[in-house]
Order: sequence, then structure tokens, then C-alpha cells
Amino acid sequence: MAETIPIKLTVNGVVVQKLVEPRQHLTDFLRSELSLTGSHIGCEHGVCGACSVRVNGRVVRGCLMLASQVNGAEIETIEGLVETREATKLIEAFVARNALQCGFCTPGILLTAAELLVEGKFLDREEIRKELSGNICRCTGYHAIIDAVEAVLIEEIGKG
Amino acid sequence: MIQSSQIIGSSLPRRNASRLAAGRGTFTDDIVLPRMVHMALVRSPHAHAFIKSIDTSEAAKADGVVRVVTGHELAEICSPFIADIEFLPNMISPPQYALAPEEVAWQGEGVCAILAESRVLAEDAAELVSIEWQELQAVVNPVAALETGTPMVHSALETNLAMELPIEEGDTKSAFEKAEIIVEHAFEFGRQAGVALEPRSVIADFEPESRHLTIYQSHQTPYQMQDVYARHLGLEEHQVRVIVKDVGGAFGLKLHAYPDEMAAVATSVLLGRPVKYIADRQESFASDIHARDMTATGRLAVTGEGIILGVEVDVMAAIGAYSIYPRTSVGDGIQALQFTGAPYRLPAFKGRVRVVYQNKTPCGAYRAVGQPIGCAITEQLMDMAAAKLNLDPAEIRQRNNLGAADLPLKAVGGLEFESVSLDECLAALLTKMDYENLRRDQKEAQRQGICRGIGLATFVEQTAVGSGLYGPAGIRVSAQEGCALRLDPSGFVRCITSATDQGQGTLTGIQQVIAETLGVEYGDVTVEAGDGGATPYGGGAWASRGLALGGEAARLAATDLRDKILAIAAAITQELPKNLSMVTGKIFCDSKFLIDLPELAQIVHFRQYTLPPDLDFEMNVTRHFLPREFPYFIANGIQASYLEVDIGTGAIKLLEHWVVEDCGKVVNPLLVDEQLRGGIVQGLGAALQEHCIYDDSGQLLTATLADYAVPLASEMPDIHVVHVENQASGTGLGAKGAGEAGTLGAPAAIWCALNDALRPLGAQVWKQPFTPAHVIQALHLKDSLPKVAKIFEN
Amino acid sequence: MKAPKFKYLRAESVEEVYDAFANYGDDALILAGGQSLMPILNMRLSQPKVLVDINPISDLSGIEQHDQLLRIGATTRHVEVATADLVASELPLIGCAIRQVGHRGVRNRGTFGGSLAHADPAAELPACAVALNATMVLQSRAGERRVEAADFIVSVMSTDRRPDEILTTVELPTPASDDVWAFHELSRHHGDFAIVGVAATAKRSADGLDELRLVVFGCEERPRVSEIAASMASTKKDPAETAAAVANSLNPMSDLPTDIEIIRIQARTLIERSLVDLFEGRRDG
Repeated sequence: MAETIPIKLTVNGVVVQKLVEPRQHLTDFLRSELSLTGSHIGCEHGVCGACSVRVNGRVVRGCLMLASQVNGAEIETIEGLVETREATKLIEAFVARNALQCGFCTPGILLTAAELLVEGKFLDREEIRKELSGNICRCTGYHAIIDAVEAVLIEEIGKG
Repeated sequence: MIQSSQIIGSSLPRRNASRLAAGRGTFTDDIVLPRMVHMALVRSPHAHAFIKSIDTSEAAKADGVVRVVTGHELAEICSPFIADIEFLPNMISPPQYALAPEEVAWQGEGVCAILAESRVLAEDAAELVSIEWQELQAVVNPVAALETGTPMVHSALETNLAMELPIEEGDTKSAFEKAEIIVEHAFEFGRQAGVALEPRSVIADFEPESRHLTIYQSHQTPYQMQDVYARHLGLEEHQVRVIVKDVGGAFGLKLHAYPDEMAAVATSVLLGRPVKYIADRQESFASDIHARDMTATGRLAVTGEGIILGVEVDVMAAIGAYSIYPRTSVGDGIQALQFTGAPYRLPAFKGRVRVVYQNKTPCGAYRAVGQPIGCAITEQLMDMAAAKLNLDPAEIRQRNNLGAADLPLKAVGGLEFESVSLDECLAALLTKMDYENLRRDQKEAQRQGICRGIGLATFVEQTAVGSGLYGPAGIRVSAQEGCALRLDPSGFVRCITSATDQGQGTLTGIQQVIAETLGVEYGDVTVEAGDGGATPYGGGAWASRGLALGGEAARLAATDLRDKILAIAAAITQELPKNLSMVTGKIFCDSKFLIDLPELAQIVHFRQYTLPPDLDFEMNVTRHFLPREFPYFIANGIQASYLEVDIGTGAIKLLEHWVVEDCGKVVNPLLVDEQLRGGIVQGLGAALQEHCIYDDSGQLLTATLADYAVPLASEMPDIHVVHVENQASGTGLGAKGAGEAGTLGAPAAIWCALNDALRPLGAQVWKQPFTPAHVIQALHLKDSLPKVAKIFEN
Repeated sequence: MKAPKFKYLRAESVEEVYDAFANYGDDALILAGGQSLMPILNMRLSQPKVLVDINPISDLSGIEQHDQLLRIGATTRHVEVATADLVASELPLIGCAIRQVGHRGVRNRGTFGGSLAHADPAAELPACAVALNATMVLQSRAGERRVEAADFIVSVMSTDRRPDEILTTVELPTPASDDVWAFHELSRHHGDFAIVGVAATAKRSADGLDELRLVVFGCEERPRVSEIAASMASTKKDPAETAAAVANSLNPMSDLPTDIEIIRIQARTLIERSLVDLFEGRRDG
């Protein structure tokens, strides 16, 4: 019988109490214990960013955190950002611009883009490209994604 | 309100997109079935070895383990894959088992399956399997593989040569004798991985009482897989149902039948309960098909005016340990040959392709298959000839482009053309990129010591391939697509199609075709796909067929359904069918409104007694389509790259990229544009940084995303897209495929741009990917360049 | 790829870390940002018995200025370093380099001390620490030990940290306002580890550059200050000449002569550019 660690945390505004195996990473925890399947596993070595979620206000790679580490933490996943409508403008822009194709990387990209909006700084296209380089997309070639994020930044933050 | 006639050709957003963006996609790993077990594999650490013994006793006792299965056990219920081609009976193809029972031929080949309550427990148990190996020499170099004395990649083979195919037409000997200018170059293309972000995933659920097998799989063609699983497990085809939900990227790599997925399915049959297998990223790198592992030597003969007299090309295609099932791995090499010189008037052609096995991961079709290779060889030779003649690269292409006057054409390389628009595309490109100004820009930069290059890459693309390719080969792959339409009582139209969609937007395009053809609102149609047991039998997605073929099937079905609806409307309203039309779901007689579709649907479904007894009131139509007049549709276009080279470090900065594409009718520019851009970026990755690297003992050194560099947002340029639209003949829709064009031409554009930049410095690159190290070697260490053997000689 | 079994210990104080070291020795690994360790665990390249999570120890995090030093706590996140006004004004070399460290998600968790303790030869921060002549502060039950960055990093992913020690703080001397710095990196893509890079600090004088600490990273086993660069720059030798000499003195980690030559050429380019930046007092990266 594996040792388990008790954790109590808030996920998308809901308090959750679970026993987790020490080695279970956060993304596996969210997907299998809480059925929050919007965060995806693309590599499990922290490169692709498909697992990006928000922990205590900052976007992180869920596969590089342990569930054991998030006791007392506040977690937001794509499902939460949709529910609170924080991601709505971004999603509308992405859909209108066809900035997603298979959709596997998209929740992770939206989490990252949402952080850019929270930071409230205007970014030009080259800066947006740099900021999104932690999220791999294999389908779009990025151009449309940059267009969509740029459009929302301009609308929400205004030009520099 | 969108007028019906504006739907085809409109940039409508994808119907599926919001759901996917919100994280509500159903990817195969998201599915959980009752009593499901998870599979992990023990994979060979050696590139070539015999299995002397496997001791699974410790693993079988481990926490949470349900069963441990070895190759011999699985072979009793699952027959091996042998990929052959009927018309190439001399092609050698060793059998590939779901789990290797005795001999492994590549590092990563699966030998033992652990079924456990969770993936992590299965992995724990896998470490307890004890295997005694007899290591054998790994054959990794394809040239060495053909030398006498080199061991066999498979001990039972007598040769490592899978196939050798010559293609010769016209007299290249005289062409080269009388040519004013001859250029020759050796090319090396690094082995690549497809890297779909969602790894290969499968859940197999065998129900022992009914002997029904339900499979959820991330795949491009459920039909092919139903056939494969049934045949290899001794089941009837109707007992197998493959359901494809959302797929996180496919690009051709999810077109094939894989031994590990076969093992997951077979173990479900053994256990009689669901088995889930998700390839992790390292497994994906080691076991997904690789591609493009080729070397080639090409020669071009031209007149003093730059007119092509002949082409010679010698291709060596290394395909790893097995010919991939069921389509084989020889297509890539054959295409590399056929596409060399393909866009141009070519009087004489001599080519040879040798397909060679190695103790490496098996290779297979990946986006654009062998076409990028042929394109890169061709465009580079054209530039070299242009340079010798002091001709502008655009000019030499203009002088040789195939045109309408040359058609119809069966080219010397074997390609069949029914249409081309290369001059139109070239002209559009030069305008869009402001070519003259760009050349001035480049010269000005050169004066300031900044090294920039412009590269043009003409391409022709084979799309929507019909049964002429697979049928004669004896490969059980359907070349038709089907569309079933159903009118609901609400007036809503449901479509079920055999086309599949991994993000391209094919289903959206089909929805547009149906709505406009039928005469209803775009939003009053829904399109479903992916269930191999509940859809019309067809192909799925590969070789850019979805909209070209699936869209045409939809058009035919919608036409039939419209005719039926109007016949009923005519009966209801006592008018003549030929005077009726339907627009946005409203039926008119000339300009007089008669009845709307919801009302007609109510009558047809619930009050048939009010209709004349001999009237056909079936509101279900199924039509199929496959190309009969031509074996495929050739799409064409041209790409261009503008880049800057840091000659001190070898780093390349992509400044801009253009593509002009003629894929016939563009059903949805928003979708096609992004397919082109996505494909281009995959090609840019191939050109600059993607490389599967092995050591001399056949160990894969690049098995993580940290080692294998796919393009990131920061280095990719903005990409300009221009469409030229010449309706395809052979279908009413007039659309050709577009999915692979980007990947096809982008590497060639980079080859040409980079060599354009380096030519004034007396340097040329010869090996893709063009890493900074390779550029530095080409610039500063020319003596270290490998010597190249004469063409056709070794 | 799922991690192997291990015991998880949440440390709320350094004492608890010492206890873990005492109880488990080499079988205990420290979990800080996890950006380097977690991939290793997920790939089962390491199988520790115990992970000691030091993230909850608040004393280990923070940036403060003390005389001519900036003290950065070991578990200070890269993002905090990257956005701190103190770093921007006092340590612009770090400010510049840290923007090249991974990506947003990595910088939100990865720690300053973690990067130095990991000692990847292709990483930016260890090279900067050496260029800035930073001091590592290591604590154990026995007390405090201070080690210069150049001595702390011993070899590829190997440091001078003793098994019972924890890196608690990094002390970085803040340059005087007319001190100059340079940073250049060649990598496959943005955020990636370096193929080769240069981090350098110096004092500008009439004769040239004094106290030049020019560190080439990415190609050798550990970042080190180039003595050749220091001596040639002090007499304002031609940057091209200096760069060639420094590049020739490098011992790149490769068996292939061609690869070594290539790295030397690439290094020479970046060294020359760095020297030009230093001489002209340009501060870019």
C-alpha cells in the first residue's frame, strides 16, 4: 500500500480534499482525481506546456509539480477560466482567427495568454512570440495565435 | 443572415473550435471505461538482439499487476504485420509482431506488455521484468547496409535492400552530353519525427461473450484499423468498431498500424476487459514512424538559355527496421524520385531509388511524404544552374514551368497532370513579395556586411489520391469518401461523413458545402465523423483528401437530398419541381415563397399520409465519391523565404515567408490559410532544427522535446498567403487538397534562400537540418566536407 | 513516463532539511523549483528514496541589498529576480540573462539557487554568477561556509556542495555605476540552453578593461573566467585578436575535431561582440 499525503486545496474555486501518492504530478492529479481533462499531457518533461495551469496566481507546468506540493494552494485550470469567463475574450478571438486546430495545446496557450492579460502590459508581436515560446503548437505554425493574442491585448490594454 | 450562395468560399470559424479551446475536447486519454487496465511496455534497449529468455515472474507479482504478456503468447492470437505491394513482388518485407517474440530489430521495439491498474504501477512492474539478451551488431548506415559482409538488419533476411526501383524515360545520356551547363549536388536529409502533441493513444475493449471489439483510438482512419484488427485477431470485420474522437495532431504519423497499439488491442482480447495504452513522449520519439531519412545525388542538364534537357537523380531511402503496415515504407523514396523535376518541362529523366533497412525506428508516410525531398533537390539544382548562367532564379523557373499547353501530361517521372497554374502562381508571388525591391534590399544589406538570402521553391503536390494507388498494390485502404445526410423533423440536417478531422477543419468545410448546395442556413447543418461502425465506409484523412473527396461526396448527397425535398415540396404545393428552389431553408416557386423546410420536415416525418402514395419520402441520402478520371489531383504553387545568416555563429533568422497556392476551389480561406501556415512551419522545423540522431550502435539520442527541437513561436516568421483558384476538373466542388503543400515546399525554400545567401561567400550547405554548426562548417571548414560518390555508382 | 516511488517530506525549516540529510544521506534529494529535477524523476533517470520540499521555507526566498551586495535567497523564483527593481538597477547582467532562462512557466517556479546548484554547463545563471564573482552561502548543522561561484561549480552538474549542506543564499557584488557588462548567447531557440554563450563584467579604464571577468559557457565542463581575456583586454588589444586567443584556449566537450573547431569559431564571434560591447560601454544582450 503506497504512502499517501493528505492535501486540501482550492481548485477553480472549489475546496478539494484528497489523499495523494507522493509521486503523482499535479496534472495527473487534476485529470484523474478531479476529471479536469482540459489540461493535457504532451511530454511530462516540462517542455511542451500543454499541461499549463495556474497555481497561486502564476502559470506553471503541471507535470513539473507534485500534487503533494499544492496543499493550501489555489489552482485554476482552463475549466475554471471558462467558468469565470476570464478566458472568454481570448477564446472568442482564437475561434474567430482559427488560432487552434487540433486543440491539444490550446488550453495551455490560453493559460499563458491569460497571464499576459493580467500583467496588463502591451506587447508587440515579437514580444508576444517570445512570451508564448513556452507552449508548443504543432498545427498552427503560431501566426494565427499571435494574431489572436495581439488582438485581445490591443482591445483590453490598448496600444503601447 | 448569410445568403446560401456565400457559404462556400467564406472564412467561417470552425464549429468545433470553442469546445476544444474550452478544454472540452475528448481526446482518447480522457476516456475512462469500467475495469479498464493500463498497459506499459518493456522495450528493447538494444538496436539488434536476440531474446534469450524473459523472466516475468517478479513483474507478475508486483502491486496492481493484472497480467504480463510476452511475444510468443501474443503471437498465438495475433498474426504479424507484413507490408507488401502486389505489383512489387520482389519487395522484401520482414514480419512485424505486436511484441517481438525472438528478435528485436530496433531500439524501442516492444517485447513484453504489463497490464496493471494504473500506468505508474505498470511502469514499476516493467522494471522487474528480467530479460537475457544476445546483442547483435546494429546496422545503422544505409550505404554500409548494402555492402557485402554487412550483417542483416533481420537475421532471417538475405539482403538489407527492401526494394530498388529505376525510373527512366527519354535519353538522359545525350541530354547531358549536349548540355551547355551541368550542375550536380549531393543532398542529405536528416531523419525526422512527426511529433503530434497528443501522443498515440488507444483504448481497446473486447467483450468476450459477443466477441465484439470496441476501440477508441487517436487515428486518421478508423476503417483501415477495423480491417487490420479484425484480420490479425481472427475476428470478422463487423465485430470490430473503431471510434475516433478528438485527435491532437496526426500529420500522417497516425495513419499507420503500430505494433504497440496492436499489442494493446490483442491484450484486451486476452483479458476480456478494456486496455488503455498511451505512448509517452519518449516512447513516441522511439516508436512513432520517423521520416525523410534520405540521401540523394541530383544532376541537372540545361541549355545556354537555362532550358532543362534532363535530370538524373539517385535516392537512397533508409526506412528503419520494418516496412510500415499496411501502406509500406517505400512510397517516400518513390515520391522523392517522381517529384524531382516535376514542375518543369522535362524531356529526359533517369532515376533510381533504393530503399534500405536499418536497425532503427521504422519510417513511414509523414506530411507530404517524399515530395519535400524531390522539391528540395529540384529547386536547389535550378538555382545552381541559374547561378552559372547569371539568370535570376525566378527567370529560370519561368522558362521551364509546365503550362496548360503541356497538358494533359504523364511526366517522365511518372506523375500525371491534369492541370497546372505555375506561371500564374509565380507571377502572384513576385508581386506579393515585391521581388525586385527585395533583391535591392538584399544587395544593400550585403553592402553593409549583412548576409541575406532569398529562396524560391516551386512545388506540385499530389492530393486526394484515388484507388489507383492502393488498389493495384493490394492494400486494403478505401479510396472513396462517403456522406450520409438525414433531414430531421425540425428541419435540421445531420451529416455523417467518412472523412475525419484532426484539426484541419474538414468537417466545417463539409458543413459549408452541404448548406450551400442544399440551400439551408450554415447553422442548420451538423457534421459528425469518426465512428467506423456508424459512418459510411470510406477512407478518413491522408494525402490531403478530406475536402476534395469528402466535400464532393457531401455535394453529391446534398444535391440528391435537395432534389428529394423539392419533389416533396412540389407535391405538397402542387407546383412543378423544376420551378422550385430552396434558399436559407425556404422553398420558393420563382420568387413566391411556398413553404419552409421545418414545416416540410414535419409533414414528411409525421404526416406522410397526406402525401401521394407513390412519392419518395425518404429523407436519407448516402453518396460516395472517388476520383475516376484521374488517379489524384495535382495542386501547385510556389513558396519563398527571406532569411538572414549570422556568418559568425551560423544562426539563421527567418525574416519572412510567402506561399502562393492553387488548390482549386477554396471552400474556407480561413481554414486553408492556417493549414498552409502550419505545414510551412513543420517544413521550417525540418530545414533548420529537427533531427533524430542515433549513435553508431543504433541508440536514439534525441528522445525528448528538449533534444528534438520542434519550432517555437519565437523563431517563426509571419507567413504571407495568397490563393490562386483554378477549379479542379473531375468534381463539381472543384477543390483539391491543400494540407501538405506547406510542408512540401518550405524546406526547399530554405535550401534555396540559405544557399543564395552563402553563394557569394563561396559556400553551400548540403545537409538538412541547417544547424548553426552546419552553416559554420560550410562557410569556414570546407575541407571537412564529406566526399561524394559519383551518381548511380555506389 | 511516471516517476518512481519516493517519500515526500515537506520541510518548514532548514533544521528539518538537516534532519533529512542526517537520516537519508544521498538517498534524499532537495526539491526546489523542480524544473530540472522533475523531468529527471519523470524519466526515472534518478530514483531517490526521499524528496525534501524546501519551497515552504520562507527564509530561503527574497532579494535584499546589503552594502555593495545583492543577496538573493536560494528559492527566489526566476520571475521574482526578473521583475525586481533592485536587480534591474544593480545587476543588469542578471536581468538580461534571466530573460533567456526557459520560458514563463519555468521562470514562475524555477529558482535562482536551484539553477546554480544544478550547474548545467549550458545554463546562463551559473556563468553570470562566475562573471559577477558571486559567493555561494552554504549552511549545515556545522555552520556557514562561503564559496566563490567559480569554485562552487566543479564540473558538469557537479558542485562543491557537501552532502549535509544546503545552498541558502547567493551574494552578488553590485558593480559600480561605470562598470560594464556584456551578454551574448547562441542557442537553438529562445529560452533554450546555450550552444555557446558569453557573460562578462569589467571596469572600464583608460588603458582598456580592468578586472575583466569573461566567462564562456555552454561548451566546457564548467564556466570559468578567461585569464587570457583578462590580460589582453587590460592592454586594449584588438577584440578580434583577443577573441581568437580566448577561443583557441577553450576545451569544448566533444570528441570530434570538426565540432571543436566549429564551437571555437562560434565562441570567437560571441567573445568579440562581447568585448566590443564592453569597450564601448554598450549594455545590451
